[in-house]
Amino acid sequence: MNSGRTVAVRLLVFAASLFVASIAIFLVVNALPGDVATAILGFGADPASIADLRARLGLDRPLLVRYFAWAGNMLTGNLGRSYLTSESVTALVAPRIGVTAWLVVISMLIAPLVALPLGMLAAMKRRSWQGATASTVSQIGLSIPAFYAGILLVIVFAVTLRWLPANGYTELVDATGRWRPVSFVQHLVLPVLSLVIVQSSVLTRYVRSAFIEVLSEDYFRTARAVGWTRWRALWRHGVRNAAISVVTVIGLQLATLLVGAIVVEQVFRIPGLGTALLSAVANRDLIVVQGIVMVLVFAVLVINLLTDLSYLLIDPRLRGRDAR
Amino acid sequence: MRRSGLWVGIVLVALVILAALVSLVWTPYDPLQVQPTQILQSAGWRHLLGTDGFGIDILSRLLVGARTTVFVGVVAVSLAALGGVPLGVLAGMRGGWVSEIVLRVSDILYAFPALLLAILLAAAVGASTLTAMVAIGIASIPAFARVARAATLIVMTQDYILAARASGTSRWTISVRHVLPNIAAVLGVQASVSFGIAILAEAALSYLGLATPPPTPTWGRMLHDAQSYIFTSPIQALWPGLAIALSVLGLNLLGDGLRDHLDPRLRETA
Repeated sequence: MNSGRTVAVRLLVFAASLFVASIAIFLVVNALPGDVATAILGFGADPASIADLRARLGLDRPLLVRYFAWAGNMLTGNLGRSYLTSESVTALVAPRIGVTAWLVVISMLIAPLVALPLGMLAAMKRRSWQGATASTVSQIGLSIPAFYAGILLVIVFAVTLRWLPANGYTELVDATGRWRPVSFVQHLVLPVLSLVIVQSSVLTRYVRSAFIEVLSEDYFRTARAVGWTRWRALWRHGVRNAAISVVTVIGLQLATLLVGAIVVEQVFRIPGLGTALLSAVANRDLIVVQGIVMVLVFAVLVINLLTDLSYLLIDPRLRGRDAR
Repeated sequence: MRRSGLWVGIVLVALVILAALVSLVWTPYDPLQVQPTQILQSAGWRHLLGTDGFGIDILSRLLVGARTTVFVGVVAVSLAALGGVPLGVLAGMRGGWVSEIVLRVSDILYAFPALLLAILLAAAVGASTLTAMVAIGIASIPAFARVARAATLIVMTQDYILAARASGTSRWTISVRHVLPNIAAVLGVQASVSFGIAILAEAALSYLGLATPPPTPTWGRMLHDAQSYIFTSPIQALWPGLAIALSVLGLNLLGDGLRDHLDPRLRETA
């Protein structure tokens, strides 16, 4: 099997997953008991106006027709219209994707910068106090939910020291077209830090075990035997070999990070996708919920796809075979 | 060093369970009764951890919160095991397309973290303890399925399986009599890890108002409520988060310790 075929198979699986996921989302929201029209109008509403609203929202059509209408529109980038405000869901969602993406992407770039040195230290010095400390730190970081980390950071840096704002968000370029880089960064420091604490702890553990594995390989022992220092041997041989498992974890963690961002947005009152999603849930605006969840699941599946494909780039041994 | 981790884990987990059990028969104060004269009392002899914005004793709410946490965790992990283990064992024993389908389905489920499932359920039928448990349980199925499959694959290469098959034992009997007992220990480790993840998920969901509705105390909601007083009484946000972190730490240490205990060869790498 060549790599072209591998890529094609992976793309096919991606498309199928997307299809199945969209059906699942649609069914959970629409096939479970609970009527949108009743939820919007309240339980005291008279049956005639409920029936009228159902007809206006297109809820009286068969489930299958509604699914294909929704999914078909989605293929053209149209996520439907809000049940409550008639606003286009795409227009509601689009500007918020950027906000959440800033959070996720910046955190994802910083987390490895913390985790790589910490994990390598934990692996190289695993029998001494430095290694034990690095492992303990990551174990503790793993146990703290990101939103609790956020609240603690607010207590320290916003309430006590007053260095940074406790919450809020500033666009990098505001509505008048003016650049606001300082305020932008100030508002992002604490939310990003709360995500980084958790992410880098997870990554540290994987980096550590990946490097411990490398340390026991023959090629590493050979490099040491011909007189290379530990760090040089690790740098030349270890990083690329450890990269495969680390990339997998980063890929899997991106999904967790996305979810973490939804929660952290609430801690810092950041107007991202998560905030839009939760207010749609509170209003029972199901079409908006459906749309945003679909966008998030799409993002997760794309990340998984890219993770799988990145193996081909990192590990030449896989190029000739099926990547799985 | 490693062994001490296991013991710390056991003690922490035991403390949480103890707190949950104690709360069934005794709490220092009523965990639900609003006390207008006792609002935001600092920690002291009357209230060991102080009181919240409703004048309710924080320690009492923490104890009852432990009950919610343990309950949601136990149900969610059981649900995940009931769904994931049979799938994993089936995939491991049959291989081929059965295994392929199980793996693909768990891949897709991976794209639905507990939070998104909980949001979908909350949107459709309203948030409750039940929707949170179901969401966390379903989201944890893939982990159990994968671990059960991997462990089953190893068991299937053993001679006793060959002997059982040669003597005409049915697949069902083999799976119940030989496979399950031999993968139980690995599943125990997974249960411990999943329990920790379930606690984190429950905390996040109740923080967001997507799990057990008020007035029942949950650690996540306590954090949410404490955030309103973060400038006047920041210390009260400390306790529920600490309870969450220590429980998860305990379960992670327990899981790691058990795994090392099962397979000392893993001690170095894990």
